Amino acid sequence: MTDVAPPTTKKDWSSDQEVRWCPGCGDYSILTAVQMLMPELNVRRENTVFVSGIGCSSRFPYYMNTYGMHSIHGRAPAIATGLAVARPDLDVWVITGDGDGLSIGGNHLIHALRRNVNLTILLFNNQIYGLTKGQYSPTSEVGKVTKSTPFGSVDWPFNPLSLALGAEATFVARTHDLDRKHMMETFRRAHEHKGAAFVEIFQNCNVFNDGAFEQITAKDNRSHMLIPLEHGRPIRFGPDGEKGVALDGQGRAAIVNVADVGEDALVVHDEKRPEPGLAFMLTRLSHGPYEPTPIGVFRAVERPTYGDQIQRQLLDAQSRSGPGDLAKLLSSGSTWEV
Amino acid sequence: MTVGGNSLTDTAEHPLQTLDRVVIRFAGDSGDGMQLTGDRFTSVSALFGNDLSTLPDYPAEIRAPAGTLAGVSAFQVSIADHDILTPGDAPNVLVAMNPAALKANLKDLLSGGTILVNVDAFDERNLVKAGYEANPLTDDSLAGYTVYEVPMTSLTLEAAKPTGAKPRDAERSKNFFALGLVSWMYTRPVEDTLQWIAARFAKTPTVAESNALAFKAGYNFGETAELFDSAYEVKPTHFDPGTYTNISGNTAIAWGLVAAGQLANLPVFLGSYPITPASDILHELSKHKNFGVRTMQAEDEIAGVGAALGAAFGGHLGVTTTSGPGVVLKSETIGLAVSMELPLVIIDIQRGGPSTGLPTKTEQADLLLAVYGRHGESPLPVVAAKTPSDCFFAAIEAVRIAVKYRTPVILLSDGYLANGTEPWRLPAVEDLPEISAPFTTEPNGTDAAGNPVYLPFLRDPETLARPWAVPGTPGLEHRIGGLEKSDPTGNISYDPANHEHMVRTRAAKVAGIAKDIPPVEVDDQEGAELLVLGWGSTYGSIGAAVAAARAGGRKVAQAHLTHLSPFPANLGEVLSRYRRVIVPEMNLGQLSRMVRAEFLVDARAVSKVQGQPFKASEIQAAIDEALESLQSEARA
Ligand code: SF4
Repeated sequence: MTDVAPPTTKKDWSSDQEVRWCPGCGDYSILTAVQMLMPELNVRRENTVFVSGIGCSSRFPYYMNTYGMHSIHGRAPAIATGLAVARPDLDVWVITGDGDGLSIGGNHLIHALRRNVNLTILLFNNQIYGLTKGQYSPTSEVGKVTKSTPFGSVDWPFNPLSLALGAEATFVARTHDLDRKHMMETFRRAHEHKGAAFVEIFQNCNVFNDGAFEQITAKDNRSHMLIPLEHGRPIRFGPDGEKGVALDGQGRAAIVNVADVGEDALVVHDEKRPEPGLAFMLTRLSHGPYEPTPIGVFRAVERPTYGDQIQRQLLDAQSRSGPGDLAKLLSSGSTWEV
Repeated sequence: MTVGGNSLTDTAEHPLQTLDRVVIRFAGDSGDGMQLTGDRFTSVSALFGNDLSTLPDYPAEIRAPAGTLAGVSAFQVSIADHDILTPGDAPNVLVAMNPAALKANLKDLLSGGTILVNVDAFDERNLVKAGYEANPLTDDSLAGYTVYEVPMTSLTLEAAKPTGAKPRDAERSKNFFALGLVSWMYTRPVEDTLQWIAARFAKTPTVAESNALAFKAGYNFGETAELFDSAYEVKPTHFDPGTYTNISGNTAIAWGLVAAGQLANLPVFLGSYPITPASDILHELSKHKNFGVRTMQAEDEIAGVGAALGAAFGGHLGVTTTSGPGVVLKSETIGLAVSMELPLVIIDIQRGGPSTGLPTKTEQADLLLAVYGRHGESPLPVVAAKTPSDCFFAAIEAVRIAVKYRTPVILLSDGYLANGTEPWRLPAVEDLPEISAPFTTEPNGTDAAGNPVYLPFLRDPETLARPWAVPGTPGLEHRIGGLEKSDPTGNISYDPANHEHMVRTRAAKVAGIAKDIPPVEVDDQEGAELLVLGWGSTYGSIGAAVAAARAGGRKVAQAHLTHLSPFPANLGEVLSRYRRVIVPEMNLGQLSRMVRAEFLVDARAVSKVQGQPFKASEIQAAIDEALESLQSEARA
């Protein structure tokens, strides 16, 4: 891009609105990460739009000094699709949560992903309904006791990344709210991606689901519970890199001791594999935030975006039939003179 | 001259009778191509210069079981040498391709009318399927009609022989045999249809050939068979000079949207989900990408309107097309548009409800849904089209209001207008109304420190419309949403007084549109005490009924509404001039309820909910009844 945006600071990207999340909420650090990243992206405030649904995370657009829409529950991906298709010149971000994006709005999310609409979608996963004061969500674990499930939830949860890969999203990543650097790097990659970029962020709701991710994201637990994915590198983790991911006899991804299988047996991470199968297996390594869990970019492949293809059809039509001529249109059926 | 031969005879050996109007209904199985046949007859008649009006009537199932009553598909067309308003109450001529088609349609036929049957289809099996215990062709039950038994299937097979097509395939050309025969009966030009067949079936030459042969065979059969006493002619209508085309309501809406986009200088964005009877608008708009029209077939109704609203936020002309079930799904998003005050056009092609109801049949029962069907106080303008060609202007009017007042607008059409057609004199592009949709590009206020800021809810004092600043405009970055907004900053506000102020302001904005729409016109008659008030597609039937009532010496006034929210400013005064107001509508009394509530007038509904438009005679009867009751009240 030759266009160089004027330099900005975090402050330029912060609106004058008082941030109203609960003190200690993980949303704050995500907001800070985004506001700190924006000046590094060479983008303009006026060309940036944040679209959200309903929920705690969906208040996000009010705090960004950009264009923004706080829409209705679950519909942000659909609304943002219209905006991104109409205005390919804009940088459109979608802010959603596990209830907003995976429950009431699940349909729109999967369709935005399969169409590869040029959107950067950040899903704040706190595994609970915060704004409605603590009901279980579609990512809550089985047995979750909440106000609406006093005897424990019996719903099998969604794994957001498995879902996104099932929809053949072209960019799929995961990060968490306790690591600003990792968040910024992941968001930067998502923003760079042409097409639908889907990022799941483990986010702590300290009021209704405090510590949901602590077992894997707390500073002391990270090295043996988070599996960093780095393109072109063998997948290894553990304080001394003693663990890794290899394919077992049945072709399933499994966690192994590097000493047992040898370094060469480890899976070398490849974001660009055309088939989402292996990335999907990586999302299945952990069944909840209490087992070693991969983070980083799972998949980043190129496919024509929805908006570009629509744009191309418009241009083709114009070069084929010339720009629209209303009088010609009206007389395009069979006509007769009186 | 040979029956089913290859050449057309044009020496008229039969006397020619002149008619001023004829109503023909083509009826057959839904696989028999009756819609195509009717359409073709319509086009030829339009080119010939007749005024016309059509009523397609087909089942919801694509191929209901062949030969059954459920599978009957019909197409009624009325052609005349004068201006007509409706496709006719009762056909003079019924073309019945099988027993089921005869059984389903006979009750509508004018007594003494003409029936052309495909006698080949009247076998035991088909008679049973249609529920006939005896063959109606032989049991005298059709004694009151003139019946022509024509072996259409066998003559078609005979005619198509030179093509070498298998009988199964050749047999499918029998609708063109029927078309040929009716074309002869009503002295329609043939060349145009032959050209059309060649073009339409260019990819399948054998089909083209057998259709053409069947068509000619049908025409020649009329000419040569000794069956018919005479052929008929319906002379061209006197039309105002101009270029005409035959247009359906759905095409007119699509073209109206394209035109409105050009007039407003806004790219059109249609977000839509397939639904009967609205899908044809999506199809038509998808063809016109060279106008910069973007169409998106969304994953569901909600996404269709959501995408349109997103595009509207981006400065496009956001439109969504649907029918009643879709409007219900879109309601929440429409409410968001009311709250954010963004232009959006929602087009509801009404069909029979509730629920899935009668997908392919017409109804006007979404009026209250359109005007009131959202939670909270969420008023919006509602516009209704009255004829197929009026759909073009109604679409432009809906867009004009939406962009000028930054509001969602619901445009109501219905299945009857959507698929019905009429000749339309093409308007000159330069005569179309102007639509102004200026974007705000500069800050319009200052903050406490005196710095220039953008206040998204600082309204135009005249229209109460808020400014429209689109992303990409430097310095006007702002956030809007469904939460209540503070006036004029747009920031979230839970202040009680601000909420009441915003609710009242949004209502005042919509109510104020009454100043910007034409007053309702009354087609009055000196001394009339009865007003027939209508809206939407009842226009034609009401007009025909009022004309007939007047011809019979009655005094009746007529008024028709295009704007249903807000009402024209003079409506209350107009209603107060009449002792009685009747409102024919295809629902159980929705407009009548609205005007009673608004104006405290004794407006009485004349209801019909059969999935079929009113017959003029039905409204005429209601007029007579209303006049009688006025008289007896006067006597009492
Ligand atoms: S309820 Fe939970 S998610 Fe919502 S703001 Fe409070 S801490 Fe954050």
